[in-house]
Amino acid sequence: MKPTDTNNPDYFHKVVDCQWACPAHTPVPTYIRQIAQGDYTGAYLTNRASNVFPGILGRVCDRPCEPACRRGRVEEKPVAICRLKRVAADHKDDIKQYLPKKPSVLNGKKIALVGAGPASFTVANDLAPLGYNCTIYEKLSKPGGLMRSNIPAFRLPEEVLMEELNYIIDMGVKLKLNTPINSMRSLLQEGYDAIFVGSGAPKGKDLNLPGRWEDKKHIHIGINWLEEVAFEHTKKIGDNVLIIGVGNTAMDCCRTSLRLGAKSVKVMGRKPRSFFKASDWEVEDAEEENVEIIINHSPEGFITKNGRLTGMLFSIMEHDIDADGNILNSKSIAKVTIPCDDVILAIGQENAFPWIEVDAGIEFDQWNVPIVDKKTFESTKKGVFFGGDSAFGPKNIIWAVEHGHQAAISIHNHCRGVSLKQRAPDEIKLKSTKMGMFEWSYSNSYDESERRKMEHVDLVKRFSKLNMEVEVGYSPDQIATEVQRCLNCDIQTVFDAPKCTECDACIDICPVECLSITENTHNEDIIRKSLNSDKNELNQSLFISEELKFTNRIMVKDENICLHCGLCAERCPTAAWDMSEGIVKIHHADSQDTEYVSEVIK
Amino acid sequence: MTSFIKPRISRKSAPKNKIGLTRQDYDGTMSTLCAGCGHDSVTAALARAFFELSIKPHKVAKISGIGCSSKTTSYLLKEAHGANTVHGRMPSFATGAMAANTSLTYFGVSGDGDSLSIGIGQMIHAMRRNANMLYVLENNGVYGLTKGQFSASADIGSVAKKGTVNDQPPIDPCALGLSVGASFIARSFSGDREQLVKLIRAGLMHKGFALIDVISPCVSFNDHKGSTKSYEHTYKYYSKLVHADYIPPAEEIKAAYDVGESMPIVLHDGGEIILRKLDPSYDPSDRSSAFSKITNNNTKEIATGLIYINKNLSDMAEQNNLQERPLNQIPYKELNPGLDNLKEIQKSFR
Ligand SMILES: Cc1cc2nc3c(=O)[nH]c(=O)nc-3n(C[C@H](O)[C@H](O)[C@H](O)COP(=O)(O)OP(=O)(O)OC[C@H]3O[C@@H](n4cnc5c(N)ncnc54)[C@H](O)[C@@H]3O)c2cc1C
Ligand SMILES: Cc1ncc(C[n+]2csc(CCOP(=O)(O)OP(=O)(O)O)c2C)c(N)n1
Ligand code: SF4
Ligand code: SF4
Ligand code: SF4
Ligand SMILES: [Mg+2]
Repeated sequence: MKPTDTNNPDYFHKVVDCQWACPAHTPVPTYIRQIAQGDYTGAYLTNRASNVFPGILGRVCDRPCEPACRRGRVEEKPVAICRLKRVAADHKDDIKQYLPKKPSVLNGKKIALVGAGPASFTVANDLAPLGYNCTIYEKLSKPGGLMRSNIPAFRLPEEVLMEELNYIIDMGVKLKLNTPINSMRSLLQEGYDAIFVGSGAPKGKDLNLPGRWEDKKHIHIGINWLEEVAFEHTKKIGDNVLIIGVGNTAMDCCRTSLRLGAKSVKVMGRKPRSFFKASDWEVEDAEEENVEIIINHSPEGFITKNGRLTGMLFSIMEHDIDADGNILNSKSIAKVTIPCDDVILAIGQENAFPWIEVDAGIEFDQWNVPIVDKKTFESTKKGVFFGGDSAFGPKNIIWAVEHGHQAAISIHNHCRGVSLKQRAPDEIKLKSTKMGMFEWSYSNSYDESERRKMEHVDLVKRFSKLNMEVEVGYSPDQIATEVQRCLNCDIQTVFDAPKCTECDACIDICPVECLSITENTHNEDIIRKSLNSDKNELNQSLFISEELKFTNRIMVKDENICLHCGLCAERCPTAAWDMSEGIVKIHHADSQDTEYVSEVIK
Repeated sequence: MTSFIKPRISRKSAPKNKIGLTRQDYDGTMSTLCAGCGHDSVTAALARAFFELSIKPHKVAKISGIGCSSKTTSYLLKEAHGANTVHGRMPSFATGAMAANTSLTYFGVSGDGDSLSIGIGQMIHAMRRNANMLYVLENNGVYGLTKGQFSASADIGSVAKKGTVNDQPPIDPCALGLSVGASFIARSFSGDREQLVKLIRAGLMHKGFALIDVISPCVSFNDHKGSTKSYEHTYKYYSKLVHADYIPPAEEIKAAYDVGESMPIVLHDGGEIILRKLDPSYDPSDRSSAFSKITNNNTKEIATGLIYINKNLSDMAEQNNLQERPLNQIPYKELNPGLDNLKEIQKSFR
């Protein structure tokens, strides 16, 4: 096989599982090391450069990084990446002086942004400091999008949300609240140089079953209901509440119901738990509050008496599940009525653009989703861009942020007359961490501690106020321990083949046996077999070295299981292995023109 | 001396052997040898072979003498029984232990100094008795522990680190073994893990004395230009004569060997040692051809693999009617013949 091209910026980037899994590619191990050194401000700024909302995301991010985390391959639980993000946000100093500022002279370009959610705010964050005149139009009376109207304050306090939105508003971004955009056609005529649509996926799905329209008052659409609660239009709910659906919206609905006085709340799922869409931790938190989770109940109808909802009819389902966990067959084995006073439907959201006229020049597909380029985020109309939930349907905040970054690059190029496809590619710098014989500039010794548990406000106290934040944040001891759990996956094992004397010392010291010296063949399977590991998860690459000088064999490394402990490099008598920090540079709108070439710094 | 310890980490996907142990369960304490020492590779190969054969660590006795090589036994099989004996006395100690308890798997580790100078008399007699053990001789051509004096295995013309040239002929442990009756004789190289692990598996399962002479470079005192036991020299000149691997009784023989070149040898436990000859004319069961192969070698070539095997020689336990039951499990009453019986026994010697 050909030697691995480690100059390809993706090669080492992929090794940093968390960063690779993060849609905005937050350099997680970098900020964890900053926290370990007590540099909370630095950790916050590192985060902010990638994900814009560290305080918000440190509480409510969907955390695609955690299931990917390497630590999960040697232990039950991944590093508490998200919690540590919150640590940076909670303990930072005043950071205003370090934020990008509105330049004294603007560039004369005007951008309209529809909707004040995370997508639009990210675009504004990236463009305002470059001199763009950005105006955000929002139909509601407060900014934040679903982060404000739907994510309950007991998970995301208003102060935290406002602090991070204000950083962007303070860059000279104009925010027009209570200003719905009712016509794309007229907006197009207002002379903006570009338009960004970040209006979300605002339509909650309904459940058209018998009885649905007999009592409209007690059957609610989840996302609308949460918005009414957030804006204090709804302050009460019945004693017995059924939530239909098992996603994250359902979890917020059930916990909010308890805070509005419900005595018994049941979340009704059609399938077993392994099929739930909600994140594990959201389900755990709901159960801690005594929400009942009921599985295998498929809704059949609403039961009303004299126009008042009294219960719901369900089919009890039996599923035939194969070894891989797929449902092969489902059948109803019985019917049951469960009494209730209110039902909240939390079965999904859809895109809806009643304000975009058919002849506005923007094409939609059969599901009413606009046709948007996956890289540039431009719609079929030049100069009109989409991002966040409005682009490809409901996702999450961190995706909205990444869409925002990409759309901002496109808008910047569009306004400068540069092709949208001409985007600065990712780059990597490798910097040795060697400080002495057995000394590295990172803490390479393996720490056995298990994941720290987040403390919660006690059950009685947390229901006293609707907006009482439940998670209390990590204590100093917890922070000190949790940061050591990170394996520093960005400190890369860099191999210099000509130096190797084929002594095997690195192979023998490696605690997880992920190295091997073997004959070179074209068959990857044979090479994988030489890595004394039976089960290679194929989500990581194999490193293949140049041929070694004595035997023409090759050094092979399975990136999947390396713990970045540096023992190979400590043990190598000729320093053929080095532990180098791989700094992945991902360009946003502000650095499209800077020269930054991949390089190795010794 | 290293400043760090190797952490004990079990990755979730770590393969397990038949008795449910991972490779890491066969590790010992952290090595204190120089980084790059061939002996550490031998340690790793031994641990892997024991893991692959699913041998219970507490049913193993590991015995060694004195030298860097003899430290090997500490670096694997934490749970095994073991002793570092006096310099050169490992074979006698092992012989005695075996007499008391034949139920353990015995392996001894020694060096070229330990075996071929001070301990040569001990080693010869253990081979002659065909004691049932694996004997690994980590051969680096020097006394590593005492800072690099030539050992008795140093080749004529090999140059010491400070420039002295060796003039005395080397003792070849394999030739020695052939001449005194060892029943399994092999040579290997610490740098060829694949070959070494297989030879160790075969040697462990062979009933009788199994000698493996492993060229194992000393990075600190004998890895320079002019040395004939350096990595560079060994990689350049070593050649493979006969592949050998042990296949347990129940396992199917997966590799497709060419008939004629392959030679299965059925062992007492029903398992087989499969030999694959790279030189079809070579017969590893023929002692004289083995002897001439390794002694009439005018090239610098280092012939490796299983050089000689004789599975029909009775081992020490058979020769001496040793009990299968370990002495420590025989009740005192049975072990002590009693005064009257003792008198009878003494009478028979008069
Ligand atoms: C109940 C619930 C809980 C969630 N929890 C999480 C979570 O814990 N973590 C997570 O990462 N994600 C979560 N999400 C998803 C996340 O909130 C969204 O993916 C994200 O907010 C999308 O951002 P956006 O900028 O695309 O749009 P949105 O946040 O939806 O913002 C769109 C804004 O546009 C405004 N708008 C719409 N049309 C117009 C118009 N015509 N004129 C002017 N303004 C308009 C809307 O009022 C809204 O304020 C949750 C979603 C829901 C429903
Ligand atoms: C009775 C006795 N004599 C001499 C010594 C000193 N001594 C210690 S190790 C050694 C030689 C070891 O050489 P070798 O067996 O080749 O081991 P290596 O260190 O090369 O692996 C000697 C002579 C000793 N420990 N005991
Ligand atoms: S161990 Fe640290 S660097 Fe590695 S994936 Fe987990 S959080 Fe990221
Ligand atoms: S850093 Fe080196 S020794 Fe540590 S796990 Fe990775 S390859 Fe093995
Ligand atoms: S320890 Fe160094 S010299 Fe030895 S095999 Fe590994 S990389 Fe090569
Ligand atoms: Mg020696």
